[in-house]
Amino acid sequence: MWHYANPKTFLDTASRFEPWLWGLASFLIAGGLYAAFFLAPIDYQQKDSVRIMYVHVPSAWMSMFIYGVMAVASIVGFAFKHPLADVAAKAAAPIGAAFTFVCLVTGSLWGRPMWGTYWEWDARITSVFVLFLLYLGYIALWRAIEDPTRAAKAAAILCLVGVINIPIIRFSVDWWNTLHQPASVFRLDGPTIHPSMLWPLLVMGLGFTVLSFALLLLRMRTEVLERRLRALRLRAGGG
Amino acid sequence: MAEFFAMGGYGFYVWTSYGLAAAVILGLIGLSARALARVRAEVKALEGGDNP
Repeated sequence: MWHYANPKTFLDTASRFEPWLWGLASFLIAGGLYAAFFLAPIDYQQKDSVRIMYVHVPSAWMSMFIYGVMAVASIVGFAFKHPLADVAAKAAAPIGAAFTFVCLVTGSLWGRPMWGTYWEWDARITSVFVLFLLYLGYIALWRAIEDPTRAAKAAAILCLVGVINIPIIRFSVDWWNTLHQPASVFRLDGPTIHPSMLWPLLVMGLGFTVLSFALLLLRMRTEVLERRLRALRLRAGGG
Repeated sequence: MAEFFAMGGYGFYVWTSYGLAAAVILGLIGLSARALARVRAEVKALEGGDNP
């Protein structure tokens, strides 16, 4: 792990892996979209509106998965002072925010024809909205504190406090009566969704995951160079 | 073809969902790539171009 604490090693390795990740992500998402629109059957109740699922559900997975990545990075940065961990947490936040936004908007557009409303302050929707606010607050905190070491510490605390929201999102559909349906993929007793709909969903989910890592590496490279730039300017005496 | 785009009457909801998702995700990729290109150029200018 400490091998990559050297910025040069990280930049070289990341640049080498990234094109493969972008390629793989494009391939998976293209395949997932094809399956979602041409291979997956229409739902007997929801008809074609069910196709929104193939972008909504993977976005929802990413919104929580990226928060988990941020939380792990925050702990590593906090406990081991690994410089790349702070960089990773900071770089991940806008990606998580983007997927959470996509999740909320597509959910809203799916809710209108199926539930008769674009928005309802029920447990699932509200807790995902709180997740979105957590991402925005996290990004704002990084921007508000100029010293990166202090910013990383404050942001890590916010991130780790916000972790409590993740199980709330996960179990909101079981703990409260909500409009939202309960989990149908990641269940203890196995998926209840039909395989013909499950596999395009998983392909899209995998595609979004690889895409997120590609984008994370790209944003981390940006942040590493940003820090070098700051150091160069200080050395040049320009401030 | 028209039938495909109609999505059984749910065309507006389906295509707006996918359109917005694409716009947000591709938008973030574009912004991120531009930020990388910018900072890379600035570092290069200060260092004399011997770094990635």
